[in-house]
Amino acid sequence: MIELTVNGTAHRVDVDPATPLLYVLRDELQLNGAKFGCGLGQCGACTVMAEGEAIYSCLTPVAALQGRKITTVEGLGTAGNPGPLQRAFIAEQAAQCGYCIAGMVMRAQALLQRNSSPSDAEIRAEMEPNLCRCGTHMRILRAIRRASSEMRTASTQNATEARP
Amino acid sequence: MIMGAEPRLGVSDPGPARRPWQPCCARTATLRACDGAPGSVHRLDPFSLISSHGARQAGEASLRALRVLLVVLLLFALAIGAFFLWARHSEIATIDPSRRPPADEAVVAKGAELAAIGDCDVCHTVPGGPPYAGGRPIPTPFGTIYSANITPDATTGIGHWSQAAFRRAMKEGVSRNGNDLYPAFPYDHYAKLGDDDIAALYAFLMSRAAVQSRPPANALIFPLNLRWTVAVWDLLYLDRTPFRPDPKQSEAWNRGAYLVQGLGHCGDCHTPRDRLGGERTAAAFAGGTAEGWSAPALTAASPAPLPWSEAQLFRYLHQGWDTAHGAAAGPMAPVTRDLARASASDVAAIATYVATLEGPGAARPAAAAATANARPLPTETVSASPADLGATLFEGACANCHSGISPMVPPHGIDLRRSTAIGAPDPTDAIFIVLDGIRPVEGERGPWMPRFDGAFTDAQLAALLNYLRAQHSGTPPWSDLDSRIRALRQSKERS
Repeated sequence: MIELTVNGTAHRVDVDPATPLLYVLRDELQLNGAKFGCGLGQCGACTVMAEGEAIYSCLTPVAALQGRKITTVEGLGTAGNPGPLQRAFIAEQAAQCGYCIAGMVMRAQALLQRNSSPSDAEIRAEMEPNLCRCGTHMRILRAIRRASSEMRTASTQNATEARP
Repeated sequence: MIMGAEPRLGVSDPGPARRPWQPCCARTATLRACDGAPGSVHRLDPFSLISSHGARQAGEASLRALRVLLVVLLLFALAIGAFFLWARHSEIATIDPSRRPPADEAVVAKGAELAAIGDCDVCHTVPGGPPYAGGRPIPTPFGTIYSANITPDATTGIGHWSQAAFRRAMKEGVSRNGNDLYPAFPYDHYAKLGDDDIAALYAFLMSRAAVQSRPPANALIFPLNLRWTVAVWDLLYLDRTPFRPDPKQSEAWNRGAYLVQGLGHCGDCHTPRDRLGGERTAAAFAGGTAEGWSAPALTAASPAPLPWSEAQLFRYLHQGWDTAHGAAAGPMAPVTRDLARASASDVAAIATYVATLEGPGAARPAAAAATANARPLPTETVSASPADLGATLFEGACANCHSGISPMVPPHGIDLRRSTAIGAPDPTDAIFIVLDGIRPVEGERGPWMPRFDGAFTDAQLAALLNYLRAQHSGTPPWSDLDSRIRALRQSKERS
């Protein structure tokens, strides 16, 4: 049995420890946000976070993830109550077919958690591993910039409101 | 002169009084003791262990010894003076860039190909910055050096340098104004260059866009922050003899040797260095280091599981990867990207020469080349237990690309039994490659291996690499794997 903590919930799954996380997410836990693109770490559609770092779930065996916090796109918000980065992707209409978007959102989330105000060059360098065949890259970049600035504004407002 | 100085010894000369801010020892130059009392004198006695009774008898002997000491000191001073005279370089006058005669297009094109072989842009460009504008930090064991702006900008670049000044910089490591350049700039290799090639390089650089940009000041440890100290280094390591072709070898071999030893400065990374940072020429190409990576030996000591053929070397150098040896990684990747722009015949000549460095075994006759992989690959004899974490991680993370089904064709990776990094004596390169992957420059094509730094903990990475080593290399385990993983995870040298 493998123990996994996904989006704050503990799961015990009976799979071969060499199974890449992606198959467990989709086939065992019914978390279908992460997508199978190439299965070779070349496209980034399967990107999720482990302990805040972006990883390719198609190439990370569950044996490597026991005891580490895994976050998928489902962990950032729901359709009714999307998280800040998801709201920004919607506002910029960054999805066309949408297949790459969960991976894009997760890699961007890992970046913004590490660096709340990345430069354009830093965003481009970070997002380079993730491909979009529809070509909405410019909108994706805008969405990440928007999320970065909205998240900063929100944290400033929170700080101001918190003062007596 | 020395005799003239002698009578002063022992004469009761009060000498200048010591001022409060003068250190006592400053006065020892006048052969005066440090008792501080004006007027009190005693002889500086080199045999001070002799008792005062014995001193009288030893007087003559000590005078003789002093004479010898003075002669030695004077010779020493003369030698230092001669050294500084020798080490002093004159300034070469500036030129008016607008009066520089226009260069022939063919010469500029030749210079472009040569600059690609010399990898000039790699060091003289900040990643993502304007080409040749310098400012890239070059870490050395002695501090950080920032590369110079070699665009034709007249104020911050080398636009006002004459070709003669450029030639002197390339071959002697001396700046136009007479300052010594640091040997991070590999003039010890460029000294082998012919004047025609230097002229072509000059013409090419002068045809680039001028960029106004002044690199930051170097941050080197004392005394190496004083540029004249480089003259000492030059005395030890700068071989000014031009390249001499070997008449017993082919024209292509000689061309390759000229490029590898000179402009390509391959030994800069692939030859081990001594403590003063000089290449140990007796161990040429026996393997060195580059930006924290280990640069494998190109000699018989090469850790490559298969010998390198000329054709394989050509493909590797010209396209960045070869089916039998894998992809260029780390500091070698930009080298192959540059060589893709060099003339194919020059890259072939480099391959011809480098293929012979492995020794007679590598220069296989055409018949043997048919069965090119003459050195047998290690067989997979180690059977992994199902409980082996490394085997599990390999199966889930690596096997899809590295299952050894076929020679490497991207996106499929190399059969790891052929991997130089896995069979290398030092685990550094294997660790770097798993952590950071292999990726082409943004926007360019090339093999892509994903990074795994977020996927694996230190212990998991160690388990995986131990498994790969045992399963795929047939060499004994790395002894320092755990500590190297910890150190490299924390190092700043990673991309």
